[in-house]
Amino acid sequence: MTTTTTSVLPVEARRDEAAPRREVPAWLKGSRRWLADAGAGWLLPFGLLAVWEAAARLDLLTETILPAPSAVLLAAWTLLLKGELLTHIGVSGARALAGFAVGGLIGFGLGLANGLSAASRTLTDTTLQMIRNVPHLALVPLVIIWFGIDEGAKLFLVALGVFFPIYVNTLLGILTVDPQLIEMGRAYGMSNTALFRRVLLPGALPSIFVGVRYGLGIMWLTLIVAETIAASSGLGYMAMQAREFLLVDIVVLAIIIYALLGKLADSVARALERRCLQWHPSFRNS
Amino acid sequence: MSENQQSRRGAALRLTGVGRDFGANTVLRGVDLQVAAGEFVAIIGRSGCGKSTLLRLLAGLDRPTRGRIALGTGEASGSARIMFQEPRLLPWARVVENVEVGVSEAEAPAARRARALALLGEVGLADRAEEWPGVLSGGQRQRVALARALASRPELLLLDEPLGALDALTRIEMQRLLERIWQHQGFTAVLVTHDVSEALALADRVVLIDRGTIALDLRVDVPRPRRRDRPELGAMEEQILDRLFDGATTSPATAAA
Repeated sequence: MTTTTTSVLPVEARRDEAAPRREVPAWLKGSRRWLADAGAGWLLPFGLLAVWEAAARLDLLTETILPAPSAVLLAAWTLLLKGELLTHIGVSGARALAGFAVGGLIGFGLGLANGLSAASRTLTDTTLQMIRNVPHLALVPLVIIWFGIDEGAKLFLVALGVFFPIYVNTLLGILTVDPQLIEMGRAYGMSNTALFRRVLLPGALPSIFVGVRYGLGIMWLTLIVAETIAASSGLGYMAMQAREFLLVDIVVLAIIIYALLGKLADSVARALERRCLQWHPSFRNS
Repeated sequence: MSENQQSRRGAALRLTGVGRDFGANTVLRGVDLQVAAGEFVAIIGRSGCGKSTLLRLLAGLDRPTRGRIALGTGEASGSARIMFQEPRLLPWARVVENVEVGVSEAEAPAARRARALALLGEVGLADRAEEWPGVLSGGQRQRVALARALASRPELLLLDEPLGALDALTRIEMQRLLERIWQHQGFTAVLVTHDVSEALALADRVVLIDRGTIALDLRVDVPRPRRRDRPELGAMEEQILDRLFDGATTSPATAAA
């Protein structure tokens, strides 16, 4: 699990992002709009669900290995009525957002500082790059010693995980703003504030969004691990408790909720991105 | 468009012994040049002769190693605007917001918007004000850049081969536009180009720079609007090209001290 987190490279994230916008073959163009309108992205998950349900009904799957989607849904309903489900989702959501806010803001701030000031970069970048190469989940034992299984442990881990993609991409974004535009801004008498507001920040924004979307992924991943290992509430705790009693339906439910929350976070980020980057050729027609 | 101050004159420009070194490499040595208020001067030369360096000095983007540059009464860069080889528009700002970049931030937002729209009208792009720069053609982008450069009512407009990347027809169209606006607003203009016929079509004076110093200073006394087939222009073009290509063999006798 730790190996997946070490491959947090902004470059990969960029490549991921560019892929779906590749030129569409002519024969697909007509059907493409219809597919997008109908939410074609959901066809595959629902199709898989149907296959899964059928397999369970036909006794191809044992209930103790993988319960049917209907059983998972029933478990969700029961927990919802008991009020437990929403409490756990609320607790996990609050942890995720708090950790993201803390780590994201520090990453954004340091990224800006190091992008704008060479002195600050010289002073801190080496240290940060060294820390970045330590998988943050390797700190779990240390964090448990420091914070116990308190909220602090989760906050710390999530913030640390989110920090790096946002830091690296903010820094990269600022450093790769077209120097010709910066020179133009200076030649046209922009003050430092105006230059930042009109040239540097908007120029860095596409890259910052890559960092945010990547950070959101890390946020959920870290939180799941942290809650699974050390927590007394939250979705991860719910899943671990269920495992103790072999309630596989609840374990599966927790995983599905994580997937949905992850999708939700990504959708919000995408919507924001579309709004803020209207000028960008990739978003112009969407 | 009545707010344009038609009576406003450009600033006079005076360069005395201006030189610029980059390390051990002397790019400009002892350039003396006087440009009268409202004059249109073209600076031509082969690539690497130092003409762009000279323009950057005039724009205040760079400081001379030696010598002095005086604009109007004060130092250079006060009321000078540069138009770059590339449009350099902010891709994330609408066309009209890009023009507003040229208007002083001290002015009220409404006044800035009005001024930007007026200038867009002047370059014939009033209907494109709300577009993103990315959807405009190369010529249109350069026209937006021209509107932006003029938005602060500069006394000196510096043009760094702004038409170099345009196709031949757009180029002629832009030259006419530039000439018309220059006649209308009366600013001083310094155009750097390597296109001799463009220099002769637009400028009152053509200054040739060779090996870091002025090799030829030619007055173009041909009435405007100039037809390209005027025999005087052809003769001058020959003279300049001869000087350009013989520059390596003749001693720089015409060079100003």
